[in-house]
Amino acid sequence: MENTPAIRFENITKAFGTKVVANKNVTMDIASGEIVALLGENGSGKTTLMNMLSGIYRQDEGEIYINGEEVQITSPKDAYDLGIGMIHQHFKLVDVFTSIENIALGLDKKTTGANKEIADKVQEICDKYGFDVDPKKKVYNMTVSEKQTLEIVKTLYRGANILILDEPTAVLTPQETEKLFAVIRNMKADGKTIIIITHKLNEVLEISDHVAILRKGEYIGTVPTSEATVQSLTDMMVGEKVELDIERPEIQDKKLRLSVNHLGCKDKYGVTILDDMSFDAYGGEILGIAGISGSGQKQLLESIAGLQPTEQGSSILYIDPETNTPTEIIGKSVLQIKKMGIALAFVPEDRLGMGLVGSMDMTDNMMLRSYRKGHNIFTDRKTPRDLAFKVKDELEVATPGISTPVRKLSGGNVQKVLVGREIATEPTVMMAAYAVRGLDINTSYTIYRLLNEQKKKGVAVIYVGEDLDVLLALCDRIAVLCGGKLNGIVDGRTATKEEVGMMMTHLHENGQKEQEVQD
Amino acid sequence: MEKTKAKSAREPLFHIVKRTDIPKWKAWVIRILAVLAALVVCGIIIVALTGKNPFEMYKFMFEGSFKTERKFWKMLQDLAMLLCVALAVTPAFKMRFWNIGAEGQILMGGLGAAICMKLLGDDGAQLSNGLLLPITIITAILFGAIWGVIPAFFKANWNTNETLFTLMMNYIAIQVIAYFTFIWSSGSNTVGKINAESHAGWLQLPREVDKYGYLLNVIIVALLTILMYLYLKYSKQGYEISVVGESVNTARYVGINVKKVVVRTMLISGALCGVAGLLLVSGTDQSITAETAGGRGYTAIMVSWLAQFNPFYMILTAFIVVFLQRGADELQTQTNRIINADFADILIAIIIFFIIGCEFFINYSIKFRSRKKKEVEA
Amino acid sequence: MFAAFFHRAVLQAISLLFGCTGEIVTEKSGNLNLGIPGIMYVGGISGVIGAFLYENSLPDKSEASWFLAIFIPLLCCLAGSLIMGLIYCFLTTTLRANQNVTGLALTTFGVGLGKYFGGVLIKLVNADVPSVTVSMTSNYYKATFPFADDLGWFGEMFLSYGFLTYVAIIIAFVAGIYLKRTRSGLNLRAVGENPATADAAGISVTKYKYLATCIGSMIAGLGGLFYVMNNASGVWSNNGLDNIGWLAIALVIFTAWKPNFAIVGALLFGGLSIAPYYLSLYDIVDINLRTKPFFDMLPYIVTVIVLIINSMRKKRENQPPEALGLSYFREDR
Repeated sequence: MENTPAIRFENITKAFGTKVVANKNVTMDIASGEIVALLGENGSGKTTLMNMLSGIYRQDEGEIYINGEEVQITSPKDAYDLGIGMIHQHFKLVDVFTSIENIALGLDKKTTGANKEIADKVQEICDKYGFDVDPKKKVYNMTVSEKQTLEIVKTLYRGANILILDEPTAVLTPQETEKLFAVIRNMKADGKTIIIITHKLNEVLEISDHVAILRKGEYIGTVPTSEATVQSLTDMMVGEKVELDIERPEIQDKKLRLSVNHLGCKDKYGVTILDDMSFDAYGGEILGIAGISGSGQKQLLESIAGLQPTEQGSSILYIDPETNTPTEIIGKSVLQIKKMGIALAFVPEDRLGMGLVGSMDMTDNMMLRSYRKGHNIFTDRKTPRDLAFKVKDELEVATPGISTPVRKLSGGNVQKVLVGREIATEPTVMMAAYAVRGLDINTSYTIYRLLNEQKKKGVAVIYVGEDLDVLLALCDRIAVLCGGKLNGIVDGRTATKEEVGMMMTHLHENGQKEQEVQD
Repeated sequence: MEKTKAKSAREPLFHIVKRTDIPKWKAWVIRILAVLAALVVCGIIIVALTGKNPFEMYKFMFEGSFKTERKFWKMLQDLAMLLCVALAVTPAFKMRFWNIGAEGQILMGGLGAAICMKLLGDDGAQLSNGLLLPITIITAILFGAIWGVIPAFFKANWNTNETLFTLMMNYIAIQVIAYFTFIWSSGSNTVGKINAESHAGWLQLPREVDKYGYLLNVIIVALLTILMYLYLKYSKQGYEISVVGESVNTARYVGINVKKVVVRTMLISGALCGVAGLLLVSGTDQSITAETAGGRGYTAIMVSWLAQFNPFYMILTAFIVVFLQRGADELQTQTNRIINADFADILIAIIIFFIIGCEFFINYSIKFRSRKKKEVEA
Repeated sequence: MFAAFFHRAVLQAISLLFGCTGEIVTEKSGNLNLGIPGIMYVGGISGVIGAFLYENSLPDKSEASWFLAIFIPLLCCLAGSLIMGLIYCFLTTTLRANQNVTGLALTTFGVGLGKYFGGVLIKLVNADVPSVTVSMTSNYYKATFPFADDLGWFGEMFLSYGFLTYVAIIIAFVAGIYLKRTRSGLNLRAVGENPATADAAGISVTKYKYLATCIGSMIAGLGGLFYVMNNASGVWSNNGLDNIGWLAIALVIFTAWKPNFAIVGALLFGGLSIAPYYLSLYDIVDINLRTKPFFDMLPYIVTVIVLIINSMRKKRENQPPEALGLSYFREDR
């Protein structure tokens, strides 16, 4: 390459605290006018590196060059001035503002009297690249895909020449992903440099020109996409040979465990979240739940766990594995469900905000499930302490000690603590939401293995996932949600990704999102 | 591309990063340095106002707490009462319930005691102390608890802003006291010693044992300190309070009835404030005014917070506050009233500013550029 | 009769309105400043000190210049409240200290300052009563439109106030327009709603927080000055301001963070607090030493009821700024 690279990192180092080194001596070029995939496992420092480019973080050491010139990026404003725009994984949008207000944020014009002007220019950008933005719509009314579009438009509006997209497809359906890729190709044709942070190898191969790989904070190398394969990229990313196949044991002894009938619920503003949902879950199988994020997955699991008030007529029957008698769960609190002898394990999406208490240590977190035992007014610390040691050893939790607050552990280890505790309750139903989100490959496989072990024990496993490849490889059946409704259940062994993707967005496969009578 | 600031700007001299792993001793060194720095600033202010030697002033302040046996006991009494209120607000704050209403809960507790002493004492039913004291104690605790539970009930059910609710309850309590002051004072607007003749309902040890009448208060509060420590650290309810305080979602997830915990914890908080009211009215003053709580409801919050909700650390933080208050009182006489009693509030606030400010240096560190900057530029 | 009632209600309302507008501007930046009562004390005492020094520097009070008599206390008040705002901001924004504790400490500090310097002034004048009076300054502050008296009920209701009254209403209006209509107001709201987003959009979160909080403090400080000069006729007696400060903070919730509503809200509260006394003039209610406490607790009870009702109705538009009470650090993960 003769051209000056669009971006050059030189000896970039960034540490959090004294223990976590997110980036170490990264020296890397990003070629101008290309689509570059920044590939790495979770925790490999991809996002941190890009955050330094976009002014969110400040490097401890090293320099950044843009088009050959050394720059000091000390704030997001500096990054904007340099034509760098980043679309973060957690969108940087103000919920109560409209599209236009979000775009107008931080611009130099004096009053919002210029809204018309902004709207015109937004329309221009939309026409050019093929976006669709409703200027008056409030962000809290938008779907994830709409929010992402708004973020991209906002960045382009500011004249960004270098766009960074952090895991842009994580929350999109295959169809939405295709649309996004088309837009990205349009932007490339317009001469923009695009960096996509991802760990989805298929997408890397599909869209990028070059792949830059980070591992444990260090730069491994850049390869042209044309010369890469899934296996070669994985090996570079993980640093060792990895078995990529997810095991799916045959179902041994399928027994009805949960029967969900006409389940419905509303949120606090009265909007319907779950609508007349009915399905069965069996012991000895893994039931996958697919759907674009916010389709009611959270409320579905919380309804079963006794955390979500439901509508009249909802019913969830639990069938006891020993006596085979059904019991109604709806209307019971978490505690009542527990007292009825139903062993329900639940690995929620928000690990530190719901499943665990971040500031407490492993022992205290183990105690969450067991502290009520006994009639003593004081807590028993011995049993949870033993359990903490057991979980630490068996699941190889990397922690300085069981008395370290779990917040200080890495994402993967936090999840091990949580899953370890839930499995220790010897459940008959186990629910896991986005159980591998943010985890590195090895930990993810550990989680799959643990779920399969539960399945073999005859537990009814319900697995909410976002990665369709994983869902299709792990689950026996997949229930596909669409806008709070159950759009059908497919066989995990025969269904295709496109089929599931279509069901996620189009109710009953005919494009109608209206209410229909189910036969 | 147009010229931009970022291209021409020099490297920033430093940037701030979060740190997660400061050793405990280092954190305490920072806190102690902050207190010392605060004392220096206070000293400068005192000199600026009085023109006198600050060390002499600090000596006077020291004497305010330790000069005579009487002053020492008064200091212990103040310490005990402030500590009692700090203990009272702690469970609520640990649960992240901003109970600014301790002042009102103390007053209501005191009022409960005063009502019993009035109605069942010399001027009323003339019950014997064996009967009167238990009734007084229970009434005081009940009054404080009720005053605390009202905002908790609304917080639990409708998430009503508890900070302002509890505050308003203080002002309502003050007016309630004003009403009773009027009906008991027959026009003079002070209640005066209740049951001055018979000492009915006085919660004190005999004078032979306890010269100044403060000993019982000190003992009770010392006991409460230990109990509160055990309650928060080892009891199931204490554990529930911690979980609710850290994350309501986690609490719900494991089946803790958050509403119940909020109401129950405020019941305890209010009841303990009631005890403080009881000790002040029945144990110390044998009278009641709107000033009985004396602002302890507010300072106690800071005492508790600065001690990071640990009852034993609170002894220290409460002592700092009481020491300054007694000291400012002493200065008042020593400086011909250039320093007055309200000056203590200024000193307390300055010390708190320094201590809460210093937490920054415990949680964050400032990184200066270590790399030598290339000097040559074309 | 109504005109006179209205007049007195307005007088009661203005301190609240200053405090409430100041707190709204502050809270819109995500800073929950519970130091407002302290700031009002400082605003009040700074003004009194300024007035006191000026009045005593004059050999003869008739030589006083109205300009200096008004501007010296005004500037002192603004400077005092500004310093309070800076202390709060430095601790919460730069040092990221807990906002509630900082606010409470600031109230302790401000009330302490007010009472301490009040005590010093009282000692200086060797007064028999524990108060200090700056009546000359107060008279300038209370000066009304000269033609107000000639216009009957209209004059009484709308023209018979000191200039600070109109300043309060104008500030509230301007704040409302600023927040709703200007780009800078939009940026400020973004800082309070979601500082990370504002930051990523190139808005200086620190600058906006500092500016909003300091300006908010100065506005609230004026409430203290108004109380001393207009409500108390220049008599500083070391009390009466803390409850106004707290009520002002409560009023913010009632007005759903809208300065325009604050005008109405403050007027309602002002009217409510004097209504019993007004009614007693016409023998509709009987206020004596026995019943007075119950009338005095009325505003607080109403505040409580308002808080409860507000919390029961959930509307997206009435919610506090999303990031209220949280400190922001860019590198937080």
